[in-house]
Amino acid sequence: MDEAVVSTFGFGLSDPALANLLQIVGLSLRVTLTALALAAVIGLPLGALIGISRFPGRKAVIIVVNALMGLPPVVVGLVVYLTLSRSGPLGALGLLFTPAAMVVAQTILIVPIVVALSRQTIEDLWGELGEHLRSLGLTDVAAVPTLLWEGRFALATALLAGFGRASAEVGSVIIVGGNIAGFTRTMTTTITLETSKGDLPLALALGGILICLTIALNAGAFAISRVGARHAG
Amino acid sequence: MRAEATILPLELDRLRFEADGRRLIDDVDLVVARGGPTVLLGPNGAGKSLLLRLAHGLVAPTSGEVRWAIGGGETAGRKRHAMVFQKPVMLRRSVHDNLIHALAAAGFCRSDRAARADEALARFGLRDHAGRAARLLSGGEQQRLAVARAWSLDPEVLFLDEPTAHLDPSATRAIETMITTLRAEGRTLVMATHDLAQARRLAARVVFVLGGRVVEDAPAEVFFDNPATEAARAFLAGELVW
Repeated sequence: MDEAVVSTFGFGLSDPALANLLQIVGLSLRVTLTALALAAVIGLPLGALIGISRFPGRKAVIIVVNALMGLPPVVVGLVVYLTLSRSGPLGALGLLFTPAAMVVAQTILIVPIVVALSRQTIEDLWGELGEHLRSLGLTDVAAVPTLLWEGRFALATALLAGFGRASAEVGSVIIVGGNIAGFTRTMTTTITLETSKGDLPLALALGGILICLTIALNAGAFAISRVGARHAG
Repeated sequence: MRAEATILPLELDRLRFEADGRRLIDDVDLVVARGGPTVLLGPNGAGKSLLLRLAHGLVAPTSGEVRWAIGGGETAGRKRHAMVFQKPVMLRRSVHDNLIHALAAAGFCRSDRAARADEALARFGLRDHAGRAARLLSGGEQQRLAVARAWSLDPEVLFLDEPTAHLDPSATRAIETMITTLRAEGRTLVMATHDLAQARRLAARVVFVLGGRVVEDAPAEVFFDNPATEAARAFLAGELVW
């Protein structure tokens, strides 16, 4: 890599340190994007179904899901830790202190966000489009793909919100991942560790990357809603 | 329209609908046979829209029955009655894709969809709009697309719920022209309106609805020239009736 680029991008880090940094950023993105994909596959249809169906206790379900959006990451970390630890119910899988465990924890953190936001979006859309879709002969469940596509811009924003939460949290991944160098060390766990060690350049570099990521996410959400308004109405 | 088994006549049998303890449709009996447009005429809140929704199957009656000559108003597994709403419902996609979506949802096979969509666009002068976002069309264009979309489904019976209530005179004329075309093709239309002039222009038969009941049911010229009830006379004279 060009020296000027290295010094700018790497905040003056040496080559091995830069490689280390890139490895950390790569793992963070891989874990969070995998968790986001799982959360989307689980959360979008689930949110849509809650949005269009009527069943006893529906209000209670909505309140619980909304409350789960504020799940403390450390508590999720603790529960996943207990579940995956050697003596826990899923201990035999040997997932504790692996990236897979971190994916599980972050998925649990994001699913409520995706469910709650997509539930609201789909419920509003069902009110607007429901009669037309049923007039065409679609049953409630058969209308879900149409509704998800109709809500694509709002739902993309919901997914970005989920990505933002997962990429910024430290509590659950540090518990279930163990912050093992080169294996389960993410941006946030590294910042925690390096700051406490007093090694500030790496912590600052990662902090800068995280902030850039946050700005990019918000710009992305803004752009999506603008594109949606302009091209689809 | 292709010659197939007919889903008509449609029979509404002692239809009743109640919500929150109020009876909004009160023992309505009505038979719609193949023929000219039937117009449900009456003031706002009379129950016209609700009657259409009950007949179309969007709302389940509290009691009574909606009967088609062939079970469920379907032939060969496809629903043969469609509906156009007062406020056009447009999906967030192009004009062309709105048609394709409706055809797919209604069960048309993949190979038929594009041809039917193109035919609908051409027939109703919407070809130039094919690639535009449907929700960015004007209100009149959206309603034209809604009628074209209903037409593309090849319905034998088309329910129209105040299709021009939100439109300006030229857009209203465009929709009425489309309605006349549909009638000429032999489709049976059932339309709700509170617009007397429109009812005079389009109706072959008038069903006068008031307070959830059918007050009068007569051929259009009989209804307009010689209404049988005091309520209908008052409505035709532009007086308030409830």
